[in-house]
Amino acid sequence: MSADHELHISGLTVGYHDVDVLHDVDLAIPSGKVTVIVGANACGKSTLLKAVSRLLKPRAGVVMLDGRAVHRTPPKQLARVMGVLPQAPVAPEGITVADLVGRGRHPHQKIVARWSAADDAAVAEALNATDTAELAERSVDELSGGQRQRVWIAMALAQDTDVLLLDEPTTYLDVSHQIEVLDLLAELNALRGTTIVMVLHDLNMAARYADHLIAMKSGEVRATGTPASVLTAEIVQDVFGLDSVVIDDPVSGTPLVVPRSRAASSTPPVRAEHDAPRPSPR
Amino acid sequence: MLVLAAASVAIGSRPVTGAELWWGLAGHTDTIGEAAVYVRVPRTLLAIVIGAALAVSGAVMQGVTRNPLADPGILGVNMGAALAVVIGIAWFGMWELDSYVWAAIVGGGAAACFVYFVGSLGRGGATPLKLALAGAATAAALSSLISAVVLPRPDISDIVQSWHVGGVGGASFEAMGTVVPFLAVGGVLAWVSGRWLNSLSLGDDIAAGLGVRVAWARGGAALAAVLLCSAATAVAGPIGFVGLIIPHLCRLLVGTDYRWLIPCSALMGAALLIAADIIGRVVARPEEIAVGIVTALIGAPVFIAVARRQKMRAL
Repeated sequence: MSADHELHISGLTVGYHDVDVLHDVDLAIPSGKVTVIVGANACGKSTLLKAVSRLLKPRAGVVMLDGRAVHRTPPKQLARVMGVLPQAPVAPEGITVADLVGRGRHPHQKIVARWSAADDAAVAEALNATDTAELAERSVDELSGGQRQRVWIAMALAQDTDVLLLDEPTTYLDVSHQIEVLDLLAELNALRGTTIVMVLHDLNMAARYADHLIAMKSGEVRATGTPASVLTAEIVQDVFGLDSVVIDDPVSGTPLVVPRSRAASSTPPVRAEHDAPRPSPR
Repeated sequence: MLVLAAASVAIGSRPVTGAELWWGLAGHTDTIGEAAVYVRVPRTLLAIVIGAALAVSGAVMQGVTRNPLADPGILGVNMGAALAVVIGIAWFGMWELDSYVWAAIVGGGAAACFVYFVGSLGRGGATPLKLALAGAATAAALSSLISAVVLPRPDISDIVQSWHVGGVGGASFEAMGTVVPFLAVGGVLAWVSGRWLNSLSLGDDIAAGLGVRVAWARGGAALAAVLLCSAATAVAGPIGFVGLIIPHLCRLLVGTDYRWLIPCSALMGAALLIAADIIGRVVARPEEIAVGIVTALIGAPVFIAVARRQKMRAL
């Protein structure tokens, strides 16, 4: 199992050019859990993830991992604890799956060191965990979207970190591949105790897979907590400006957000989290 | 490779006998044939190091810019180095290879920075196509600047002309001694940067996530590329296309891992330049065609083929 890691964000302000994208964000990420960040487009979710992973420098505030500011941690040392998978990564033409996954070993290698047995073992384990071992010699270009995303996750696993940040790992995937990828991450969290922080677009997927949910709007955190406490009709209205009914997901029992169409939104929102499922008002 | 090197010593614009070959290699210069063999030895060694340097420089440039069309010639770095050398000859009376090398490195570095800056302007940053266009335009401009410097100076035009076409014919062991330290530093830096290039090829964000200091890695690799091709240009003039075609050939042979790609490029680049030099000596007997012209004849069709492939986006 992974070691516990304290990940705290305090007073974080991040911006591009003259515009602040995040204002004074305070958060604590629970160790060993799956945390999902949700929010409307351009609310700063990806920016938050980039600031946490040291890809963006904060204007103010700090991201602390185990009592040390990530921006002051040597990059290689940080990369042995925290892995990052950006949105829609592009693989070099003609690279094989095994080669791509092997590149996740970079932070564990010295400048001139050779490939070690530990590297081999980590790559093999990552391929097995993501069910991509039989693809190892294939070229990444030839794979389907779902397979390709699993290969990228395998690369992040080969990095062998206790904390894994993912920016919309399900972008461009159809619904069955989305489930495939999210199940894989949930399994990883359950088996290895990896702390997972990811941005997701789909509220219902977020509700289903998150232990801890962070709802953001215009660069601020509006609500945090369990999916049941965050995904209420009021908060959905506040964060997304969307009129909806929240019911229990008949499969997982987690909240299920059922949007009303814009045409029907003149009626006041109904609180229905604990009501029996009812037909959508479309 | 060894066969090519042997062929390069044995074959030339002047046919030699077996005995002449032997005595020439042993250092005798009594007959013309022996003398010819004697000068072909440093010439072959120079072709090896220059070919290797240019090919590795091209491989590293392709990695740094994630651009399959990158090459010391196409990005204008060679021309920058060449202009600096020509200016040195014309205005500062440089005669020493030492000073050529330094001038070439400054010129090549300046051209590289300029092309990267121009290519990054506008939306989308330094896309492959914009970089190639910026490089080609810069190379053309630098090339006319070279003419502008040389034309009013008939006294230097012969020196510049023979140097500029690109040749390894004037090789001597002294010349090699001067450039080899620069090439060695560039080569070691290129070899070390192979791992950085592997990470950078996955994108800057992933490279940073893997613990690479992206700006430093890119700068270090670019410095290696500029050192290698500028020093090569200083001795042999601007030789194009070796840095373009060899890395693509090696990708077919050893895949996308830069730790293999860089040594493979060195080997194949050396082989190509020796072969091009032999062809140049043989096809126009008793005259010689400079090696830079032969590589351009081989390289231009390959450039078109690479540019036409649609999958070039994602290096």
